Amino acid sequence: MSKDNYDHVETSMNEELSAIEKTVLSDYKYGFVSNIEADEAPKGLSEDTIRFISAKKHEPEWMLEWRLKAYRQWLRMEKDEPRWANLKYTAINYQDIIYYSAPKQKSKPKSLDEVDPELRLTFEKLGISLSEQKRLTGVAVDAVIDSVSIATSFKEQLSELGIIFCSMSEAIREHPELVKKYLSTVVPPTDNYFAALNSAVFSDGSFCFVPKGVRCPMELSTYFRINAENTGQFERTLIIAEAGSYVSYLEGCTAPMRDENQLHAAVVELIAMDNAEIKYSTVQNWYPGDKNGNGGIYNFVTKRGICQGLRSKISWTQVETGSAITWKYPSVILKGDHSVGEFYSVAVTNNHQQADTGTKMQHIGKNTKSRIVSKGISAGYSNNSYRGLVHVGRKAENARNFSQCDSLLLGDKCGAHTFPYIEVKNKSAVVEHEATTSKIGEDQIFYCNQRGIDTETAVALIVNGFAKEVMNQLPMEFAVEAQKLLAISLEGSVG
Amino acid sequence: MLNIQNLQAGIEGRQILRGINLEIKAGEVHAIMGPNGSGKSTLASVLAGKQNYEVTSGSVEFLGKNLLALSPEARAAEGLFLAFQYPVEVPGLSTTNFIKTAVNEIRKYHGREPLDAVSFLKMMKQKMALVNIDQSLLSRPLNEGFSGGEKKRNEIFQMAMLEPKLAILDETDSGLDIDAIRIVSNGVNKLRTKDNAVLVVTHYQRLLDYIVPDFVHVLYNGRIVKSGTKELALELEERGYDFIRNEADVEQEA
Repeated sequence: MSKDNYDHVETSMNEELSAIEKTVLSDYKYGFVSNIEADEAPKGLSEDTIRFISAKKHEPEWMLEWRLKAYRQWLRMEKDEPRWANLKYTAINYQDIIYYSAPKQKSKPKSLDEVDPELRLTFEKLGISLSEQKRLTGVAVDAVIDSVSIATSFKEQLSELGIIFCSMSEAIREHPELVKKYLSTVVPPTDNYFAALNSAVFSDGSFCFVPKGVRCPMELSTYFRINAENTGQFERTLIIAEAGSYVSYLEGCTAPMRDENQLHAAVVELIAMDNAEIKYSTVQNWYPGDKNGNGGIYNFVTKRGICQGLRSKISWTQVETGSAITWKYPSVILKGDHSVGEFYSVAVTNNHQQADTGTKMQHIGKNTKSRIVSKGISAGYSNNSYRGLVHVGRKAENARNFSQCDSLLLGDKCGAHTFPYIEVKNKSAVVEHEATTSKIGEDQIFYCNQRGIDTETAVALIVNGFAKEVMNQLPMEFAVEAQKLLAISLEGSVG
Repeated sequence: MLNIQNLQAGIEGRQILRGINLEIKAGEVHAIMGPNGSGKSTLASVLAGKQNYEVTSGSVEFLGKNLLALSPEARAAEGLFLAFQYPVEVPGLSTTNFIKTAVNEIRKYHGREPLDAVSFLKMMKQKMALVNIDQSLLSRPLNEGFSGGEKKRNEIFQMAMLEPKLAILDETDSGLDIDAIRIVSNGVNKLRTKDNAVLVVTHYQRLLDYIVPDFVHVLYNGRIVKSGTKELALELEERGYDFIRNEADVEQEA
């Protein structure tokens, strides 16, 4: 195990597969396609497409104008499509994508029982039941297929506490004052190329507002699924935690197997006021492409939270196992004095997957603290990069950061890279960075084998041990699921 | 229980074992001694099925089965246990979780239901007392940051939990002070029954003061060149391995 500040491990790609690699070259288990009739926009992107989307969603005029402005902005950013990430992929043809696809439903369902049976079946295959049984697990679910939010459970219970949890489309119609006040205050359309694109064409997503002093009694959850062919999914999520409130939110994502690459460009904004806390967890399992690197989701996501208030806290936890390409840096702006930002990440890449993921912690307020724990696991021919920035501003007295970036390699044809950037403009700051790179050893596998544990189970044990610090951050209900997902992402036939 | 016939094996094309013959019966303790490089650890690794070791000739029968045809995990499930000379660290994986997985995987191999949490904890408590190991050690990540003595004690604890038919102790005394050797040996002795057997692989005689062997074999240059009772170990201790070397080399020339 090597231990130094800048790890850069690259390995050759032309040797025979070892037993470990055979074990980890796996199949995607969520690759079914549901036969749901869809209501779609024509392929391609123009002002007409945006008008079409806005009209479909019965949006007010101001929203359409906002979208069009973002679209024009995006057009001007043509040369700004990010190229700095450690990712290789064929250029995306933005005119070859369907920007709106909604499952056809005869009429708007009044209760969960009225949701299309085929859709319900899809959710059951995904292992998420929309039925009221969910009450037992205490999870409120908002499910988004392709572009539209299907049903939100537990809405009534939450509204008694004054919590608003609904789809973004509904929020635009029902709570325009809140949307207008907060939308794009953390991630403006001009932020980056994909944020501009998302602002123009975003189709749905979740909206959550937790009023002053309320502790949300259950995990809020959204399940995203891309089903239709040639579509992109552009969800937009906005969470606002007023002073002294608390909310824990989890999102899960899957997609069917397709030969073509599909685009996913989401924007998530979090706002935490004085003493508020937002915990945001992601289990991302978009289709990663086949063993030869064909197909899979291109996942370009902008996630950012602002600790606006005093002693506020935002914590990101992500388990990233899917997508052909992942480009994602959930970040925290630590504006309020004594605010805390956290980023816990497990990113698994297998076969030909590529991930360039990490975080930005921007210390602005005094006595702000941030903690980064990143665990990258690479297998097959994949490439896994951590990219992170810790910025301490001039006025951020006594800022503290601790970063821990560990990489685990399975086999010798994959790559692990760490790109930590540190900018400190205040002398009182203390910034620590630790990084390690290790390999699952034949000796670890043999040790497990000798105790009666087969290689597949051994890999799962070792990987989960490696990722434990992050997995422990997940809400209990999802930790077990995520552990299984890690094992599934790396499993295959034992050689 | 274990019958090794003319076993020849090596690694990366280099032959190390040049025809081992050894029979171990239930209830017996055998010790294999020999100078560095004689093939002691190779023998332990080959029996456990470690990758990269290649068997070129011979046979090994274990409880009526062809051991060499079994995967390493199947060998373990059939009752073969190797206490490692250098126990491997697995960061983040709790020792308890590891052992629980092992116990249940072996039960699964024999078509039995996994142990529920209560039965497992009960079994653990009982075995912990037997080998004198502390609970706090078992909640720590597997072997990570363990002292030499803790690692070896953990090996013996795993042996107690898995209840093997044949336990191979590979240089279990290396790196241990005399107190640790006593504790570890005590554990091994308590686990002995008339139905199981122990193969002690060691460089020094001192471990055999505590785990008293029925038979001692001297391995030299990939062959067992001398077998005897525990007195042979004392003789080796006194005269060093040179006299074995001389005898063996003379024999080979003849």
